[in-house]
Amino acid sequence: MPDIKPVISIKNVEKSYYGNKVLKGVSLDVMPGEIHALCGENGAGKSTLMNILFGMPVIHMTGGFEGIIEMDGQEVHILNPRQAMEHGIGMVHQEFMLIPGFTIAENIKLNREPLRPNLLGRLFGEKLMSLDTLTMKSDARTALNRLGLDVDENLPVDGLPVGYMQFVEIAREIDKKNIRLLVFDEPTAVLTESEAEKLLDAMKRLAAGGVGILFITHRLDEVMQAADKITILRDGTQIKTLNKADTTAKEIATLMVGREVEMRQKERAEQEEAPEGGREIAMSIRNLRVDMPGERVLGIDLDLYKGEILGLGGLAGQGKIGVANGIMGTYPTSGEIIVGGQELKLNSPKSSIAAGIAFVSEDRRGVGLVPDTSIELNMTIPAMVNQGRFLRHIGPLSQIARQEIRENAEKYIQELDIRCTGPRQAVRRLSGGNQQKVCIARALVLAPDILLISEPTRGIDIGAKSLVLDTVDRLNREQGLTVLMTSSELAELRLICDRIAIVTDGKVIDILPPDAPDADFGLAMSGVPVGTQSGGAAD
Amino acid sequence: MSNVKTILKNIGAARLIIILFLFSLIIAAAGVGQSMSVLASDSLVRFGMNLVLTLAMVPAVMSGTGMNFGLPVGILCGILGGLTSIELGGTGMGGLVLAIAVALPISAVAGYLYGRLLNMVKGSEMMIGTYVGYSMVSIMCIGWLLMPFKNPSMVWPIAGRGLRTTISMDSSFGSVLDKLWAFQIGGLTVPTGLILFSLFMCLLVYLFTKSKTGIAMAASGDNPRFAEASGISVNRSRIIGTMLSTMLAAVGIVVYAQSFGFMQLYQAPLNMAFAPVAAALLGGASTSKIKISHVIIGTILFQSLLTIALPVANVLMPEGNLSEVIRLIVSNGIILFALTQAGGGRE
Amino acid sequence: MSNNINTPKEGDMGSKVKGFLVTNIVPIVFSVVCLIGVYYSGSSIPIILMDVVSRFNRNAILVLSLIIPILSGMGLNFGIVLGAMSGQIALFMVTVMKMSGLPGVLLAMLLSIPFAIVFGYFTGRLLNKTKGQEMITGMILGFFANGLYQLLFLYVLGGIIKIDAPNLMIGSGVGVRATIDLAPMKYALDRFTIMNISTEVDIFTAMMVFGAVFALFYGVRLFVKKETELALKAKLGLSIIAIAVGAVCVNMESLRQWRALVKVPLLSYSLILLVCLLIPAILRTKLGQDLRAVGQNMGVSSVAGIHVDRTRIVAICISTVLAAIGQIIFLQNMGNISTYNAHENVGMFSAAAILIGGATVSKATVGQALLGTLLFHLLFNVSPMAGKNLFGSAEIGEYFRVFIAYGIIAVALALYAWKQTMQAKAQLEQD
Repeated sequence: MPDIKPVISIKNVEKSYYGNKVLKGVSLDVMPGEIHALCGENGAGKSTLMNILFGMPVIHMTGGFEGIIEMDGQEVHILNPRQAMEHGIGMVHQEFMLIPGFTIAENIKLNREPLRPNLLGRLFGEKLMSLDTLTMKSDARTALNRLGLDVDENLPVDGLPVGYMQFVEIAREIDKKNIRLLVFDEPTAVLTESEAEKLLDAMKRLAAGGVGILFITHRLDEVMQAADKITILRDGTQIKTLNKADTTAKEIATLMVGREVEMRQKERAEQEEAPEGGREIAMSIRNLRVDMPGERVLGIDLDLYKGEILGLGGLAGQGKIGVANGIMGTYPTSGEIIVGGQELKLNSPKSSIAAGIAFVSEDRRGVGLVPDTSIELNMTIPAMVNQGRFLRHIGPLSQIARQEIRENAEKYIQELDIRCTGPRQAVRRLSGGNQQKVCIARALVLAPDILLISEPTRGIDIGAKSLVLDTVDRLNREQGLTVLMTSSELAELRLICDRIAIVTDGKVIDILPPDAPDADFGLAMSGVPVGTQSGGAAD
Repeated sequence: MSNVKTILKNIGAARLIIILFLFSLIIAAAGVGQSMSVLASDSLVRFGMNLVLTLAMVPAVMSGTGMNFGLPVGILCGILGGLTSIELGGTGMGGLVLAIAVALPISAVAGYLYGRLLNMVKGSEMMIGTYVGYSMVSIMCIGWLLMPFKNPSMVWPIAGRGLRTTISMDSSFGSVLDKLWAFQIGGLTVPTGLILFSLFMCLLVYLFTKSKTGIAMAASGDNPRFAEASGISVNRSRIIGTMLSTMLAAVGIVVYAQSFGFMQLYQAPLNMAFAPVAAALLGGASTSKIKISHVIIGTILFQSLLTIALPVANVLMPEGNLSEVIRLIVSNGIILFALTQAGGGRE
Repeated sequence: MSNNINTPKEGDMGSKVKGFLVTNIVPIVFSVVCLIGVYYSGSSIPIILMDVVSRFNRNAILVLSLIIPILSGMGLNFGIVLGAMSGQIALFMVTVMKMSGLPGVLLAMLLSIPFAIVFGYFTGRLLNKTKGQEMITGMILGFFANGLYQLLFLYVLGGIIKIDAPNLMIGSGVGVRATIDLAPMKYALDRFTIMNISTEVDIFTAMMVFGAVFALFYGVRLFVKKETELALKAKLGLSIIAIAVGAVCVNMESLRQWRALVKVPLLSYSLILLVCLLIPAILRTKLGQDLRAVGQNMGVSSVAGIHVDRTRIVAICISTVLAAIGQIIFLQNMGNISTYNAHENVGMFSAAAILIGGATVSKATVGQALLGTLLFHLLFNVSPMAGKNLFGSAEIGEYFRVFIAYGIIAVALALYAWKQTMQAKAQLEQD
């Protein structure tokens, strides 16, 4: 029997960014014709691994990586994306890399157009040679046929259904003659169910033709349907590589989420377990739909009880981030939200603030702060504009009340331990953690009844992380503040939340207690509601 | 040493070059025997007469619409106010006040409409502003020909209709501000009223930026997404900024004209936006950030430069108009430099 | 997978006409305005035509030079002012060398190319630094370059570089006169004679000549290369009709005035035709494909390995070179250079012309450029007279045409920006 070598063999790869180890020895082989699924939560190391595979500059600018990559048994050094292409590694992007006004054929052959000489070309070189449109079309046709896509290659891409665009992307990759390994990064994220079926079929068809496929996805049903082997990563560690035949979706889910360190369980979770009906509802959400690009919410029903911390978890891009933005009205929203018995006017941040809701955005620099303005003004602008506070009025005219603003800032700087040179420092110059504290202070200055806080610990260091979480916890406990906390880090949700709702595909799949089994969280994240419906979600 | 470095960094390379250039011009001017006190007097007057026009950049930049290249829109309203005042026989301080009083409501309406337009074309405000300004100037050229003004000092004497290209203000309210409380020290004439009035406008704008509306406007310009999430209407803030800028331009041209002694009609306002833009940028503003101090410093530098360059250029190069060439290169060079600094270069 | 893509439905006649009206609203409106202008100007058709034929000759290549930057996503290239300057510098050099006639003009074109490429390169570099603000940068760059240009012609030439041409220089020998006389080169291209036969012919002969050229071109494609497109046959038919009409009219006594007044310079028009063919030819090459890709999406192009910045620089260089040649054609027709003004409005007038032809900030064709040049200059010709007859003041007509030039640019830019914001919104909604 001839010795079949893996298309690609990743051996014990490690990578750190600035002393922070994000890949801790990952090894995997993809054989010709094999579909190898790569599963893991956000931050598990999938994208770092892909960056290494494609020789992205970010890897080499941060000191390269440890370990060996072999292709067909030969060690290779991939220093830039072009070399990856030359080695026959192709990528189907999550967002479409297509030129809208070009035809399907032109897109498939983008920057790899076959040329034929002409007068100008002979005089001035290759750039002025004519395009060989006939060969372009026939090449495109061949690639589309390999995928089983029956569409006119002369149509412009603009106006094609999304699913077709995905196929054009794939056709472009397989048209590269030397393609050996094809990476699919969440390819079904934007597809309808039937389109996704067809995509999986096409993947199998390509694999049958001898191409190795790396399939990154969170949809465990798709993994079970298409993959031959599954590698699970968690926090940069390779947890396990399994044959599909030997495993179940539940096992994969458990392995994906895992239990990180022994967690400090939330004490009150048990103590305050009040009967369902007896708790006062602070905010009631019905059929919420939010048009936030990349985080679309497609109809959510949720009740937020007074005095609780409700967590919103789920994988990136599934819509959890959209919920708070919808309540706040920062993205187009429909549905019904009732706060304190009153129906909230949607799509109006002003009304949301007036209803006693304050928002700490996930996008600190983009939405949370006015970067070149002082700490003191950052904390007080919404209160000035919406509540008329921190102002001195002179007839119809007004002037800011400097003294009051200064005192307010000093109070919060002390309370939240914001490290700065003083209240007048521009927030741009603060570290991420301190900027986050300014955002929290700004929300608190509004004296809200409900605090929406999204990704509160993203991009800040460990010390600041626990301080931020402690602050939220303390405000909740001492002042009875109702909190809706959105986070990609399940561990931190489980640390301080009373209940955790998992959002997948724009819907609440399940509401779980913080001490629910790992498998329940993992399955909920992949879209399978197995957990007990532990209240909250209105049926 | 590090202090010197931070000071240099704060001044900025471009400004440093201009300051050095200015100094060498001053030395050259002294060298060719120009009277320093005359030059200083001229510089003071030009500073005063241009300050309000430059100040008009403040609300525009603050509200996030960038430099107001559509300044001619406001300037035309100011001219209209001035003409109305002359037509009604306004003289002296009363004439000036009347001119401003007529110009303000017109410019408020024009600024509102212009602001509405700018809200539809976010991201291209400066280019569109330029051409809106140009279009308005050319349509008003027709307007000047057709408007029913009757005052013989303004209308072409022979045809009996159609406004003159330049209208002398000697008999109306020319130099009222310049002469108000003016005094002399040595050979230096200080146009006290003019300077005080212009600085007073700066103070008003400063107070506005510290009001509730002003703070909301600045937040909209600095970070529109923050503003929206904080319950501030960004579009409204931008309209307010554009209106204020247009109104300041209207006041600015009245102040300018009374000092200059003439109302200039037809093609004259066409490129009047560029000098104030350049002055503000020279003072340290950018297309997204501006302070009143930038406006004051920039106007002093820019106008002194032009004032002092003129006699020097005339001595060095008697033929041709070197100071006009310098104005072209300096002002447009500064704007180009600012454009390259305003981001871009991304793919 | 079955092919279930909706192809645009064959609409009924009514919706087709409506669609045509909507897409071509700008040229249609301006055609109407022009017709009104022609009517009220009170001039006779041949006199108007005479002027328009020569204005078209002067301006067509300048307008055509805008197409490639538009398709490369850089908007209206107001930086063609630098191309015009290159042409003027080259013409000045040729005049100093005392060249004359067609060789002088051709040498000027040749000399202008390196200048235009260098200027285009720097313009491109600058525009790459100001992506998203290319148009205002180009415009301000034009003003800035104008300052440098004046410095060059007023002080450097004669002051630092000694020029031995007293007829060109101001009395003191420093600085170039405000007007450079191009008499030795005037009409060198337009009225070129071969063996005593002038290549400037009356309009009907020109129709026959160009009709024949096109008929030959389409005939070869149809009958020798055996291409079968229906459009080709129609075009062949049109060419033959043009020959026929020309042949009939050239002999009609009643059109004698037309023949006497309306003269078409064949050589210049051939050059315009050449540029008209060259631009689509470039667009069909690899370079053209890159230009269009970059124009539509820089990010995707970059990921596909296209050198975005370099491609944009090439686009600007081509545009600048074409503008230089266009300006030389313009000036040889004028017969003199207004040293300090000739280039000033080149960018603005060309931009207005192409927009009137129906182009937008992101789409333009050769046909739109030509139609726009025609309409814009027709308007320029008739508006003073129409203004005088309608309002009793020729000035009103003059200001009106300036307003049209500025206004059309303002409206086109505003509509384009507005559409972009709307599209961005729609994108968000369906994303």
